[in-house]
Amino acid sequence: MSAKKETLGKTVGVVIAVCLVCSVIVSTAAVSLRSQQEANAKLDKQTNILESAGLLEAGQSKAQIAATYADRVQEKFVDLATGQYVEKDAGYDMYKAARNPDESIKPVPDTAGILRRPNVASVYLISNPAGEVTRIVLPINGSGLWNLMYAMLAVDSDGNTVRELVYYDQKETPGLGGEVQNPEWKAKWDGKKLYKNGEVAIDVTKGAKANDPYEVDALSGATLTSNGVQNTLDYWLGENGFGPYLKNQPWKS
Amino acid sequence: MADTKEMKKVLFGPILDNNPIALQILGVCSALAVTTKLETALVMSLALTAVTAFSNLFISMIRSQIPSSVRIIVQMTIIASLVIVVDQILKAYSYEISKQLSVFVGLIITNCIVMGRAEAFAMKSPPFISFLDGIGNGLGYSFVLIVIGTIKELFGFGTILGFEILPLIQNGGWYQGNGLLILPFSSFFLIGGLIWFIRTIKPEQVEPKE
Repeated sequence: MSAKKETLGKTVGVVIAVCLVCSVIVSTAAVSLRSQQEANAKLDKQTNILESAGLLEAGQSKAQIAATYADRVQEKFVDLATGQYVEKDAGYDMYKAARNPDESIKPVPDTAGILRRPNVASVYLISNPAGEVTRIVLPINGSGLWNLMYAMLAVDSDGNTVRELVYYDQKETPGLGGEVQNPEWKAKWDGKKLYKNGEVAIDVTKGAKANDPYEVDALSGATLTSNGVQNTLDYWLGENGFGPYLKNQPWKS
Repeated sequence: MADTKEMKKVLFGPILDNNPIALQILGVCSALAVTTKLETALVMSLALTAVTAFSNLFISMIRSQIPSSVRIIVQMTIIASLVIVVDQILKAYSYEISKQLSVFVGLIITNCIVMGRAEAFAMKSPPFISFLDGIGNGLGYSFVLIVIGTIKELFGFGTILGFEILPLIQNGGWYQGNGLLILPFSSFFLIGGLIWFIRTIKPEQVEPKE
């Protein structure tokens, strides 16, 4: 029997049969679960934006999150060079655009370690029930100790006062750099000021004074992650990032 | 066919008597990485148990058809397909955890326990007992992951499954979290300690001196 098992035809036949069956199983799983996965990814993003908008309450259902998002959040696209709004399709993804050489530039110097920056970024305008813009949520990213960290920075409509800094995707050491997601640390950002005399002045530093509006206490045991946060903010709030947008404040007109 | 006693041995033997991590020293790599929190350790255990059980089942079902010259490749194909299916299911129904486990679910493909059981057991045994063997070895792996995950989360973060047990100083409590335990390599010490403990209560596992 074992001699028969080893013929070339039999071997090829078994391999092809196994491959066919396996590929059918894998593609069935991938296709039938895709809509569920995309819904999850979308909900995850909306949850992050609502959290930085201060509109997320514990125990909200998926439908409530989607409804609040539709009601209070408006996505706009900003040309980072001019700081003015531009039109884009609703499905535009700035981090995908950052991988396309036609839609992005290489930052020089690349202080935040992001390799490429999209020309057009998304911003999320949060309105109160009366329809006035109360917060602007800016997506930012930059290198931490291990990998790129992605965050949502929420500022007041004055373009200067921080409300939230929500890191939603990071691979820092749990318990050390991973503490960027600790609610205690996140609460320290509320009310801090970004700019002093037009310059980026926010400072992540050791032994920060709690009443100094420009200082935020660095994470203990995570100097490199804290530096990463500082560099991310310096880059994205500066001339090459959202600086022109925050100066022009087109959400007011 | 297998009687109840043998089935019991195949199913529960790997937990203490023949533990894949503690005695066979297989699958240590992922045990280091995903045990920082108990929740990820639990999901990883479930995923690995499912993959081992079903890969054993399918490989055993076609074992007489697999030509021995390409048997490893055929086993890998089946295991890889199962891992992708598990990964897709996690992404669809447990998005948060699949984000935390990220690449480690994919790395189940290279987990030595799955390959080891397929090659050592499923290629020689009938389907049902192979399936049980897969579950048994999955349980053995889960046992180690849960023990390590509990120790690391309790003493590293002061929580179990996210519930606060020992209030941390930075949250206004009294407990100073153990910084070593939240790093992946601390599992080396814990797994070492666990192996020592198991061999102390089961001295027959100690290798003879050379």
